[in-house]
Amino acid sequence: IKYKKKKKEWQTATTIIAVEFNGGVVLGSDSRVSAGETVVNRVMNKLSLLHDKIYCALSGSAADAQTIAEMVNYQLDVHSIEIGEDPQVRSAATLVKNISYKYKEELSAHLIVAGWDRRGGGQVFVTLNGLLSRQPFAVGGSGSSYVYGFVDAEYQKGMSKEDCQQFVVNTISLAMSRDGSSGGVAYLVTIDEKGAEEKCILGNELPTFYDQ
Amino acid sequence: MREGLKTQDGGIQYDLSASTFSPDGRVFQVEYAMKAVENSSTAIGIRCKDGVVFGVEKLVLSKLYEQGSNKRIFNVDRHVGMAVAGLLADARSLSEVAREEASNFRSNYGHNIPLKHLSERVAMYVHAYTLYSAVRPFGCSFILGSYDQDDGPQLYMVDPSGISYGYWGCAIGKAKQAAKTEIEKLQMKDMTCRELVKEVAKIIYIVHDEVKDKAFELELSWVGEVTNGKHELVPKDVREEAEKYAKDSLEEEDDSDEENM
Repeated sequence: IKYKKKKKEWQTATTIIAVEFNGGVVLGSDSRVSAGETVVNRVMNKLSLLHDKIYCALSGSAADAQTIAEMVNYQLDVHSIEIGEDPQVRSAATLVKNISYKYKEELSAHLIVAGWDRRGGGQVFVTLNGLLSRQPFAVGGSGSSYVYGFVDAEYQKGMSKEDCQQFVVNTISLAMSRDGSSGGVAYLVTIDEKGAEEKCILGNELPTFYDQ
Repeated sequence: MREGLKTQDGGIQYDLSASTFSPDGRVFQVEYAMKAVENSSTAIGIRCKDGVVFGVEKLVLSKLYEQGSNKRIFNVDRHVGMAVAGLLADARSLSEVAREEASNFRSNYGHNIPLKHLSERVAMYVHAYTLYSAVRPFGCSFILGSYDQDDGPQLYMVDPSGISYGYWGCAIGKAKQAAKTEIEKLQMKDMTCRELVKEVAKIIYIVHDEVKDKAFELELSWVGEVTNGKHELVPKDVREEAEKYAKDSLEEEDDSDEENM
Protein backbone atom coordinates (compact mmCIF):
# COMPACT_ATOMS: atom_id res chain seq x y z
CA ILE A 1 0.00 0.00 0.00
CA LYS A 2 1.36 3.36 -0.92
CA TYR A 3 1.01 6.08 1.65
CA LYS A 4 0.50 9.35 -0.18
CA LYS A 5 1.62 12.39 1.72
CA LYS A 6 -0.80 15.33 1.55
CA LYS A 7 0.71 18.22 -0.40
CA LYS A 8 2.07 20.76 2.05
CA GLU A 9 0.18 24.05 1.97
CA TRP A 10 2.23 27.21 1.60
CA GLN A 11 2.42 28.92 4.94
CA THR A 12 3.66 32.34 5.74
CA ALA A 13 4.37 31.04 9.21
CA THR A 14 6.05 34.18 9.99
CA THR A 15 6.80 37.13 12.19
CA ILE A 16 4.73 40.28 11.83
CA ILE A 17 4.48 43.36 13.99
CA ALA A 18 2.73 46.73 13.93
CA VAL A 19 3.26 49.65 16.34
CA GLU A 20 1.46 52.99 16.80
CA PHE A 21 3.35 56.22 17.34
CA ASN A 22 2.06 59.75 17.66
CA GLY A 23 1.13 60.62 14.09
CA GLY A 24 1.33 57.20 12.43
CA VAL A 25 2.21 53.54 12.51
CA VAL A 26 5.14 51.28 11.61
CA LEU A 27 4.57 47.76 10.25
CA GLY A 28 7.26 45.11 9.96
CA SER A 29 7.54 41.56 8.68
CA ASP A 30 10.03 38.88 7.68
CA SER A 31 10.03 37.39 4.17
CA ARG A 32 10.00 33.60 4.43
CA VAL A 33 7.28 31.43 2.86
CA SER A 34 7.56 27.73 3.72
CA ALA A 35 5.84 24.55 2.57
CA GLY A 36 6.77 22.08 5.27
CA GLU A 37 10.57 22.14 5.50
CA THR A 38 11.12 23.84 2.14
CA VAL A 39 11.47 27.57 1.80
CA VAL A 40 9.48 28.28 -1.35
CA ASN A 41 10.00 32.05 -1.32
CA ARG A 42 12.70 33.81 0.68
CA VAL A 43 11.84 37.38 -0.33
CA MET A 44 8.07 37.69 -0.02
CA ASN A 45 6.69 41.04 1.08
CA LYS A 46 4.04 40.27 3.67
CA LEU A 47 3.00 43.89 4.14
CA SER A 48 0.07 44.31 1.79
CA LEU A 49 -1.56 47.57 0.75
CA LEU A 50 -5.25 47.95 1.57
CA HIS A 51 -5.40 51.66 0.79
CA ASP A 52 -3.06 54.64 0.41
CA LYS A 53 -2.49 54.95 4.12
CA ILE A 54 -3.70 51.58 5.39
CA TYR A 55 -1.61 48.42 5.20
CA CYS A 56 -2.02 44.94 6.61
CA ALA A 57 0.51 42.34 7.70
CA LEU A 58 -0.16 38.77 6.54
CA SER A 59 0.42 35.56 8.47
CA GLY A 60 -0.84 31.98 8.44
CA SER A 61 -1.86 30.41 5.14
CA ALA A 62 -0.34 32.45 2.32
CA ALA A 63 -3.26 31.96 -0.06
CA ASP A 64 -5.92 32.75 2.55
CA ALA A 65 -4.15 35.87 3.78
CA GLN A 66 -3.46 37.24 0.29
CA THR A 67 -7.03 36.65 -0.82
CA ILE A 68 -8.49 38.42 2.20
CA ALA A 69 -6.16 41.36 1.59
CA GLU A 70 -7.15 41.56 -2.09
CA MET A 71 -10.86 41.43 -1.29
CA VAL A 72 -10.59 44.16 1.32
CA ASN A 73 -8.46 46.28 -1.01
CA TYR A 74 -11.26 46.12 -3.57
CA GLN A 75 -13.97 46.88 -1.03
CA LEU A 76 -12.04 49.86 0.33
CA ASP A 77 -11.52 51.25 -3.16
CA VAL A 78 -15.27 51.26 -3.76
CA HIS A 79 -16.02 52.53 -0.25
CA SER A 80 -13.60 55.45 -0.41
CA ILE A 81 -15.13 56.62 -3.70
CA GLU A 82 -18.65 56.30 -2.27
CA ILE A 83 -17.92 58.38 0.81
CA GLY A 84 -15.66 60.78 -1.07
CA GLU A 85 -12.72 60.65 1.32
CA ASP A 86 -9.98 58.34 2.61
CA PRO A 87 -11.40 55.40 4.58
CA GLN A 88 -10.91 55.06 8.32
CA VAL A 89 -8.49 52.42 9.58
CA ARG A 90 -11.38 51.04 11.62
CA SER A 91 -13.37 50.47 8.40
CA ALA A 92 -10.53 48.46 6.87
CA ALA A 93 -10.14 46.43 10.04
CA THR A 94 -13.90 45.80 10.24
CA LEU A 95 -13.96 44.57 6.64
CA VAL A 96 -11.09 42.16 7.37
CA LYS A 97 -12.76 41.06 10.59
CA ASN A 98 -16.09 40.37 8.86
CA ILE A 99 -14.43 38.02 6.37
CA SER A 100 -12.24 36.37 9.01
CA TYR A 101 -15.18 35.74 11.29
CA LYS A 102 -17.68 34.60 8.70
CA TYR A 103 -15.27 32.05 7.22
CA LYS A 104 -13.34 31.26 10.35
CA GLU A 105 -13.79 27.50 9.90
CA GLU A 106 -12.45 27.56 6.36
CA LEU A 107 -9.70 30.12 6.63
CA SER A 108 -6.45 29.99 8.50
CA ALA A 109 -4.92 33.43 8.37
CA HIS A 110 -4.33 36.33 10.70
CA LEU A 111 -4.05 39.87 9.42
CA ILE A 112 -2.89 42.81 11.50
CA VAL A 113 -4.36 46.01 10.05
CA ALA A 114 -2.58 49.32 10.64
CA GLY A 115 -2.66 52.78 9.11
CA TRP A 116 -3.33 56.48 9.48
CA ASP A 117 -6.58 58.43 9.14
CA ARG A 118 -7.39 62.04 9.92
CA ARG A 119 -9.74 61.27 12.79
CA GLY A 120 -7.74 58.83 14.91
CA GLY A 121 -4.15 59.28 13.73
CA GLY A 122 -2.07 56.12 13.71
CA GLN A 123 -4.03 53.00 14.67
CA VAL A 124 -3.23 49.26 14.91
CA PHE A 125 -6.03 46.67 14.87
CA VAL A 126 -5.79 42.95 15.59
CA THR A 127 -8.26 40.65 13.76
CA LEU A 128 -7.20 37.20 14.99
CA ASN A 129 -9.93 34.56 14.56
CA GLY A 130 -12.51 37.21 13.75
CA LEU A 131 -12.21 39.50 16.75
CA LEU A 132 -11.54 43.21 16.38
CA SER A 133 -9.35 44.98 18.90
CA ARG A 134 -7.31 48.16 18.76
CA GLN A 135 -3.92 47.96 20.44
CA PRO A 136 -0.89 50.25 20.76
CA PHE A 137 1.20 47.46 19.21
CA ALA A 138 0.61 43.90 18.01
CA VAL A 139 2.74 40.91 17.01
CA GLY A 140 1.66 37.85 15.08
CA GLY A 141 2.79 34.72 13.30
CA SER A 142 4.81 31.78 14.56
CA GLY A 143 7.86 33.92 15.28
CA SER A 144 5.91 36.17 17.61
CA SER A 145 5.99 33.60 20.41
CA TYR A 146 9.74 34.08 20.72
CA VAL A 147 9.54 37.84 21.12
CA TYR A 148 6.57 38.46 23.41
CA GLY A 149 8.95 39.01 26.30
CA PHE A 150 11.08 41.39 24.27
CA VAL A 151 8.22 43.55 23.04
CA ASP A 152 6.53 43.67 26.44
CA ALA A 153 9.75 44.82 28.07
CA GLU A 154 10.96 47.20 25.41
CA TYR A 155 7.74 48.94 24.31
CA GLN A 156 7.23 52.42 25.68
CA LYS A 157 4.35 54.79 25.16
CA GLY A 158 5.13 57.94 23.19
CA MET A 159 7.96 56.64 21.05
CA SER A 160 9.04 58.72 18.10
CA LYS A 161 8.83 57.51 14.52
CA GLU A 162 12.52 56.58 14.43
CA ASP A 163 12.31 54.79 17.81
CA CYS A 164 9.37 52.76 16.50
CA GLN A 165 11.21 51.81 13.35
CA GLN A 166 14.20 50.64 15.41
CA PHE A 167 11.92 48.74 17.79
CA VAL A 168 10.26 46.95 14.88
CA VAL A 169 13.53 46.04 13.19
CA ASN A 170 14.98 44.70 16.44
CA THR A 171 11.92 42.57 17.07
CA ILE A 172 11.87 41.07 13.59
CA SER A 173 15.56 40.37 13.74
CA LEU A 174 15.34 38.55 17.06
CA ALA A 175 12.35 36.50 15.92
CA MET A 176 14.04 35.54 12.65
CA SER A 177 17.10 34.28 14.48
CA ARG A 178 15.07 31.94 16.73
CA ASP A 179 12.08 30.89 14.61
CA GLY A 180 12.76 28.34 11.89
CA SER A 181 9.74 29.51 9.94
CA SER A 182 10.88 33.14 9.81
CA GLY A 183 13.83 34.51 7.92
CA GLY A 184 15.14 36.25 4.85
CA VAL A 185 14.95 40.03 4.78
CA ALA A 186 12.92 42.45 6.86
CA TYR A 187 10.26 44.66 5.26
CA LEU A 188 9.23 47.89 6.93
CA VAL A 189 6.34 50.22 6.13
CA THR A 190 5.96 53.58 7.88
CA ILE A 191 2.62 55.35 7.45
CA ASP A 192 1.82 58.90 8.52
CA GLU A 193 -0.18 61.90 7.34
CA LYS A 194 2.04 62.36 4.30
CA GLY A 195 1.73 58.77 3.06
CA ALA A 196 3.31 55.35 3.24
CA GLU A 197 7.01 54.66 2.92
CA GLU A 198 8.20 51.13 2.14
CA LYS A 199 11.66 49.91 3.05
CA CYS A 200 13.53 46.63 2.72
CA ILE A 201 16.40 45.76 5.07
CA LEU A 202 18.70 43.05 3.79
CA GLY A 203 20.01 40.23 5.95
CA ASN A 204 23.45 41.69 6.50
CA GLU A 205 22.06 45.10 7.48
CA LEU A 206 19.83 43.72 10.24
CA PRO A 207 20.86 44.41 13.85
CA THR A 208 22.78 41.60 15.53
CA PHE A 209 22.52 40.46 19.11
CA TYR A 210 24.86 38.78 21.55
CA ASP A 211 25.45 35.53 19.73
CA GLN A 212 25.65 36.84 16.17
CA MET B 1 -51.27 74.84 -15.29
CA ARG B 2 -52.54 71.31 -15.87
CA GLU B 3 -50.84 70.51 -19.14
CA GLY B 4 -50.76 66.86 -18.32
CA LEU B 5 -54.47 66.14 -18.36
CA LYS B 6 -55.93 66.70 -21.82
CA THR B 7 -59.58 66.87 -22.82
CA GLN B 8 -61.82 63.88 -23.56
CA ASP B 9 -61.62 64.41 -27.33
CA GLY B 10 -58.42 62.48 -27.31
CA GLY B 11 -55.39 64.55 -26.36
CA ILE B 12 -52.34 62.65 -25.10
CA GLN B 13 -51.89 62.49 -21.33
CA TYR B 14 -48.38 62.77 -20.00
CA ASP B 15 -49.08 62.61 -16.34
CA LEU B 16 -50.40 59.12 -15.84
CA SER B 17 -47.14 57.42 -14.97
CA ALA B 18 -43.68 58.25 -13.81
CA SER B 19 -42.22 56.54 -16.84
CA THR B 20 -43.50 59.24 -19.20
CA PHE B 21 -41.91 62.60 -20.05
CA SER B 22 -44.02 65.50 -21.22
CA PRO B 23 -43.05 67.28 -24.46
CA ASP B 24 -41.40 70.04 -22.45
CA GLY B 25 -39.27 67.60 -20.52
CA ARG B 26 -41.16 67.31 -17.23
CA VAL B 27 -42.13 64.21 -15.29
CA PHE B 28 -45.53 65.21 -13.98
CA GLN B 29 -45.87 62.42 -11.47
CA VAL B 30 -42.80 63.67 -9.63
CA GLU B 31 -44.16 67.22 -9.67
CA TYR B 32 -47.48 66.00 -8.30
CA ALA B 33 -45.59 64.21 -5.55
CA MET B 34 -43.98 67.52 -4.63
CA LYS B 35 -47.47 69.06 -4.47
CA ALA B 36 -48.32 66.47 -1.84
CA VAL B 37 -45.42 67.80 0.21
CA GLU B 38 -46.60 71.35 -0.20
CA ASN B 39 -49.99 70.40 1.22
CA SER B 40 -48.43 69.24 4.45
CA SER B 41 -47.58 71.47 7.38
CA THR B 42 -44.16 73.01 7.65
CA ALA B 43 -40.92 71.45 8.87
CA ILE B 44 -37.63 73.31 9.16
CA GLY B 45 -34.06 72.37 9.92
CA ILE B 46 -31.25 74.81 10.68
CA ARG B 47 -27.55 74.17 11.12
CA CYS B 48 -25.58 76.31 13.52
CA LYS B 49 -22.08 76.54 14.89
CA ASP B 50 -22.26 73.45 17.08
CA GLY B 51 -25.28 71.44 15.99
CA VAL B 52 -28.56 71.11 14.09
CA VAL B 53 -32.08 71.98 15.28
CA PHE B 54 -35.34 70.68 13.77
CA GLY B 55 -38.78 72.21 14.20
CA VAL B 56 -42.08 70.82 12.92
CA GLU B 57 -45.50 72.44 12.93
CA LYS B 58 -47.62 69.39 13.64
CA LEU B 59 -51.26 70.22 12.96
CA VAL B 60 -53.67 68.63 15.40
CA LEU B 61 -56.75 67.59 13.50
CA SER B 62 -58.74 66.35 16.46
CA LYS B 63 -58.86 66.97 20.20
CA LEU B 64 -59.12 63.21 20.64
CA TYR B 65 -55.52 62.65 19.52
CA GLU B 66 -53.08 61.62 22.22
CA GLN B 67 -50.45 64.27 22.71
CA GLY B 68 -47.24 63.36 20.95
CA SER B 69 -48.77 60.88 18.54
CA ASN B 70 -47.93 60.87 14.82
CA LYS B 71 -44.42 62.14 15.40
CA ARG B 72 -42.81 63.77 12.41
CA ILE B 73 -39.26 63.70 13.65
CA PHE B 74 -37.51 60.33 13.52
CA ASN B 75 -34.26 58.94 14.80
CA VAL B 76 -32.13 57.25 12.19
CA ASP B 77 -29.25 55.79 14.16
CA ARG B 78 -28.02 57.49 17.28
CA HIS B 79 -26.46 60.52 15.64
CA VAL B 80 -28.93 61.30 12.84
CA GLY B 81 -32.34 62.98 13.00
CA MET B 82 -34.94 63.14 10.22
CA ALA B 83 -37.78 65.68 10.00
CA VAL B 84 -40.45 65.01 7.35
CA ALA B 85 -43.21 66.72 5.42
CA GLY B 86 -45.76 65.14 3.08
CA LEU B 87 -47.47 61.78 3.26
CA LEU B 88 -46.58 60.50 6.71
CA ALA B 89 -46.89 56.84 5.76
CA ASP B 90 -44.40 57.29 2.92
CA ALA B 91 -42.09 59.10 5.30
CA ARG B 92 -42.24 56.31 7.87
CA SER B 93 -41.33 53.76 5.23
CA LEU B 94 -38.36 55.88 4.15
CA SER B 95 -37.19 56.28 7.73
CA GLU B 96 -37.00 52.49 7.92
CA VAL B 97 -34.93 52.49 4.71
CA ALA B 98 -32.61 55.09 6.17
CA ARG B 99 -32.27 53.11 9.40
CA GLU B 100 -31.37 49.99 7.49
CA GLU B 101 -28.75 51.85 5.46
CA ALA B 102 -27.18 53.28 8.58
CA SER B 103 -27.25 49.91 10.32
CA ASN B 104 -25.68 48.04 7.39
CA PHE B 105 -22.99 50.67 7.10
CA ARG B 106 -22.08 50.31 10.74
CA SER B 107 -22.06 46.54 10.40
CA ASN B 108 -19.76 46.61 7.38
CA TYR B 109 -17.44 49.46 8.26
CA GLY B 110 -17.46 49.66 12.02
CA HIS B 111 -18.39 53.33 12.46
CA ASN B 112 -21.21 55.91 12.14
CA ILE B 113 -22.44 56.52 8.62
CA PRO B 114 -21.37 59.95 7.30
CA LEU B 115 -24.50 62.03 6.70
CA LYS B 116 -23.65 62.94 3.13
CA HIS B 117 -23.37 59.27 2.25
CA LEU B 118 -26.62 58.39 4.02
CA SER B 119 -28.55 61.13 2.26
CA GLU B 120 -27.14 60.05 -1.10
CA ARG B 121 -28.12 56.43 -0.49
CA VAL B 122 -31.69 57.30 0.58
CA ALA B 123 -32.00 59.79 -2.27
CA MET B 124 -30.97 57.04 -4.68
CA TYR B 125 -33.74 54.86 -3.25
CA VAL B 126 -36.32 57.65 -3.61
CA HIS B 127 -35.14 58.28 -7.17
CA ALA B 128 -35.64 54.63 -8.12
CA TYR B 129 -39.38 55.07 -7.53
CA THR B 130 -39.49 57.85 -10.13
CA LEU B 131 -38.42 55.57 -12.96
CA TYR B 132 -41.22 53.03 -13.32
CA SER B 133 -44.91 53.04 -14.11
CA ALA B 134 -45.55 50.16 -11.75
CA VAL B 135 -44.91 52.30 -8.67
CA ARG B 136 -45.59 55.86 -7.64
CA PRO B 137 -42.99 58.32 -6.34
CA PHE B 138 -42.75 58.90 -2.60
CA GLY B 139 -44.93 61.83 -1.55
CA CYS B 140 -42.62 63.24 1.07
CA SER B 141 -39.52 65.38 1.52
CA PHE B 142 -37.30 65.07 4.49
CA ILE B 143 -34.45 66.85 6.20
CA LEU B 144 -31.57 64.87 7.70
CA GLY B 145 -29.23 66.30 10.28
CA SER B 146 -26.30 65.08 12.35
CA TYR B 147 -23.38 66.25 14.42
CA ASP B 148 -19.91 64.75 14.51
CA GLN B 149 -16.78 65.71 16.41
CA ASP B 150 -14.64 65.78 13.29
CA ASP B 151 -17.03 66.92 10.57
CA GLY B 152 -19.19 69.22 12.70
CA PRO B 153 -22.91 69.76 12.07
CA GLN B 154 -24.39 68.62 8.73
CA LEU B 155 -27.81 69.19 7.18
CA TYR B 156 -29.21 67.56 4.02
CA MET B 157 -32.61 67.65 2.36
CA VAL B 158 -34.08 64.99 0.04
CA ASP B 159 -37.14 65.63 -2.12
CA PRO B 160 -39.46 63.27 -4.09
CA SER B 161 -37.39 63.61 -7.26
CA GLY B 162 -34.51 61.91 -5.47
CA ILE B 163 -31.97 64.71 -5.20
CA SER B 164 -30.21 65.63 -2.01
CA TYR B 165 -28.74 69.01 -1.19
CA GLY B 166 -26.63 70.18 1.74
CA TYR B 167 -27.90 73.25 3.55
CA TRP B 168 -27.29 75.70 6.35
CA GLY B 169 -31.04 76.05 6.72
CA CYS B 170 -34.04 74.72 4.86
CA ALA B 171 -37.80 74.45 5.04
CA ILE B 172 -40.36 72.07 3.53
CA GLY B 173 -44.15 72.05 3.55
CA LYS B 174 -46.90 74.58 3.02
CA ALA B 175 -45.21 77.64 4.50
CA LYS B 176 -41.75 76.93 3.21
CA GLN B 177 -41.39 80.25 1.41
CA ALA B 178 -42.30 82.27 4.50
CA ALA B 179 -40.07 80.05 6.64
CA LYS B 180 -37.14 80.43 4.25
CA THR B 181 -37.48 84.20 4.42
CA GLU B 182 -37.31 84.07 8.21
CA ILE B 183 -34.39 81.62 8.15
CA GLU B 184 -32.41 83.87 5.84
CA LYS B 185 -32.61 86.64 8.41
CA LEU B 186 -30.68 84.53 10.94
CA GLN B 187 -26.92 84.54 11.38
CA MET B 188 -26.88 80.83 12.03
CA LYS B 189 -23.16 80.29 11.64
CA ASP B 190 -22.55 82.31 14.78
CA MET B 191 -25.30 80.84 16.92
CA THR B 192 -25.23 77.96 19.36
CA CYS B 193 -27.93 75.28 19.59
CA ARG B 194 -29.46 76.80 22.71
CA GLU B 195 -29.94 80.16 20.98
CA LEU B 196 -31.14 78.50 17.78
CA VAL B 197 -33.84 76.42 19.48
CA LYS B 198 -35.67 79.59 20.46
CA GLU B 199 -35.40 81.03 16.95
CA VAL B 200 -36.69 77.80 15.39
CA ALA B 201 -39.71 77.81 17.68
CA LYS B 202 -40.31 81.46 16.81
CA ILE B 203 -40.22 80.76 13.07
CA ILE B 204 -42.73 77.93 13.36
CA TYR B 205 -45.07 80.16 15.34
CA ILE B 206 -44.65 82.95 12.78
CA VAL B 207 -45.45 80.79 9.75
CA HIS B 208 -48.35 79.01 11.38
CA ASP B 209 -51.62 80.19 9.87
CA GLU B 210 -54.04 80.82 12.75
CA VAL B 211 -56.98 81.28 10.44
CA LYS B 212 -56.76 78.19 8.22
CA ASP B 213 -55.23 75.71 10.69
CA LYS B 214 -56.26 75.93 14.30
CA ALA B 215 -54.37 73.92 16.86
CA PHE B 216 -50.84 72.72 16.41
CA GLU B 217 -48.15 70.96 18.39
CA LEU B 218 -44.57 72.12 18.07
CA GLU B 219 -42.10 69.25 17.72
CA LEU B 220 -38.54 70.31 18.47
CA SER B 221 -35.42 68.21 18.33
CA TRP B 222 -31.69 68.79 18.23
CA VAL B 223 -28.33 67.10 17.80
CA GLY B 224 -25.03 68.75 18.57
CA GLU B 225 -22.31 69.33 21.06
CA VAL B 226 -25.00 70.05 23.66
CA THR B 227 -26.27 66.46 23.31
CA ASN B 228 -22.84 64.91 22.73
CA GLY B 229 -23.69 63.99 19.17
CA LYS B 230 -26.90 62.15 20.06
CA HIS B 231 -30.11 63.16 18.29
CA GLU B 232 -33.01 63.62 20.71
CA LEU B 233 -36.18 65.61 21.32
CA VAL B 234 -35.46 68.85 23.09
CA PRO B 235 -35.88 68.51 26.90
CA LYS B 236 -39.04 69.87 28.49
CA ASP B 237 -37.53 72.94 30.15
CA VAL B 238 -35.71 74.08 26.98
CA ARG B 239 -38.89 73.52 24.99
CA GLU B 240 -40.98 75.58 27.34
CA GLU B 241 -38.43 78.38 27.28
CA ALA B 242 -38.38 78.30 23.47
CA GLU B 243 -42.17 78.33 23.16
CA LYS B 244 -42.44 81.18 25.63
CA TYR B 245 -39.87 83.15 23.65
CA ALA B 246 -41.79 82.42 20.44
CA LYS B 247 -45.14 83.47 21.87
CA ASP B 248 -43.69 86.61 23.46
CA SER B 249 -42.01 87.64 20.19
CA LEU B 250 -45.28 87.29 18.34
CA GLU B 251 -47.11 89.42 20.90
CA GLU B 252 -44.45 92.11 20.63
CA GLU B 253 -44.91 92.26 16.90
CA ASP B 254 -48.66 92.51 17.31
CA ASP B 255 -48.23 95.35 19.80
CA SER B 256 -45.86 97.27 17.56
CA ASP B 257 -48.31 96.94 14.68
CA GLU B 258 -51.04 98.47 16.83
CA GLU B 259 -48.82 101.42 17.77
CA ASN B 260 -48.13 102.20 14.13
CA MET B 261 -51.83 102.38 13.44
